[in-house]
Amino acid sequence: MENLIKELVTKMADDALILGHRNSEWTGLGPVMEEDIAFSSMAQDKIGHAWALYRMLQDMEGGQDPDQFAFLRPASEYKCCHLTEMPIGTYEFSLMRHFLFDHAETVRYSSLLESSFLPLRQLAQKVKGELKYHTLHADAWIIQLGKGGAESHEKMQAALDSCFPLAAGIFEPGPDDGGLSDVYPGEKVLQERWMENIYPVLTKAALNLPGEVTPAYGGRYGQHTPYLHALLEEMGEVFRQDPAAAW
Amino acid sequence: MDTIKAIYASLEKVMDPEIPVLNVLEMGMITDVQQDEKGIHIKMIPTFSACPAISVIRQSISDTVSKDLHLPVEVSVDAAIQWNSNRLTETAKEKLRGFGIAAPPVHHGEIEADMLLHVTCPHCGSDNTFMRSPFGATLCRAMHFCRQCGMMFEQFKPLT
Repeated sequence: MENLIKELVTKMADDALILGHRNSEWTGLGPVMEEDIAFSSMAQDKIGHAWALYRMLQDMEGGQDPDQFAFLRPASEYKCCHLTEMPIGTYEFSLMRHFLFDHAETVRYSSLLESSFLPLRQLAQKVKGELKYHTLHADAWIIQLGKGGAESHEKMQAALDSCFPLAAGIFEPGPDDGGLSDVYPGEKVLQERWMENIYPVLTKAALNLPGEVTPAYGGRYGQHTPYLHALLEEMGEVFRQDPAAAW
Repeated sequence: MDTIKAIYASLEKVMDPEIPVLNVLEMGMITDVQQDEKGIHIKMIPTFSACPAISVIRQSISDTVSKDLHLPVEVSVDAAIQWNSNRLTETAKEKLRGFGIAAPPVHHGEIEADMLLHVTCPHCGSDNTFMRSPFGATLCRAMHFCRQCGMMFEQFKPLT
């Protein structure tokens, strides 16, 4: 049981860390000032969530220092999904990724409000309120740009088509989701709830979900895209120079 | 009992570094104050989980209270209580407005879009405003624009 909880917390933490880092890559580059600030703020939130989750792992048996755990593992020990690893690409790609990911986070943390695992239940109360601003932001832009003329619509539809299979990989089944049924409802249930939440927004934005897709699985079992390796190199470059330094 | 009172009086001097007109009590950040033979134990909570000011505030509480009370002070983060914007006292909201930041309305467990869309302008008092972005200069603030006086202003976000 404890190991299954660790798996769950690790994948949530790694998702937040990696996407937080990706979001921060928009700092100074956003298409308008407000978006620059929004992606930077969301990056900060994500890193905060990752930090809280890494600390939760540290408090469990055999836990490690959060910084060491976050920066010094080999790529094959990260459990993030491929969606979070992809480079920022175009603004519409990053926006669509943020929309799909933050709705997934919302259903995940909402379900954790009922978790039998106290630290997750406590964190969920905090995070859920913060995520409200992420989905508010995402929904407003998805609808506005989805209905914003032919070129805009076309770009948003292309972004949805490329992001959707990656986003389906968020819900890659764990080794034993059934064994965690008191902790959270499992990936399959979360994915169904997620679909119920994103569908009405996409409909308002006049965007169509792609038909049959192959979910981008593998991340939860340590199989990653080459983009993660490059990202980890960059992210840990300073830290690795002196892992014992006090900051 | 007098010591506890003195600790609270000391805490009134610890200001939020991002909103320097508010102290940590007005912010609703203090959840418990205890004293025993080992010293003073204070529990606090951050507004947002990624608040970068948290370690500064913690240190500032510890420094101020130990200087005033001449006792060792331990400040810990309370995991059992989560900050939400209803914890801001009325005095705090008044001071926020005086500082040029719109205060969050009282919420009932859910943030509705209306709470964000027509926020009263702290400069001219008009409700003819709109939200430019739910994100601003700090995690706890959103950006709004007033059509009446043509000014940008910030709002301390309601948070559940």
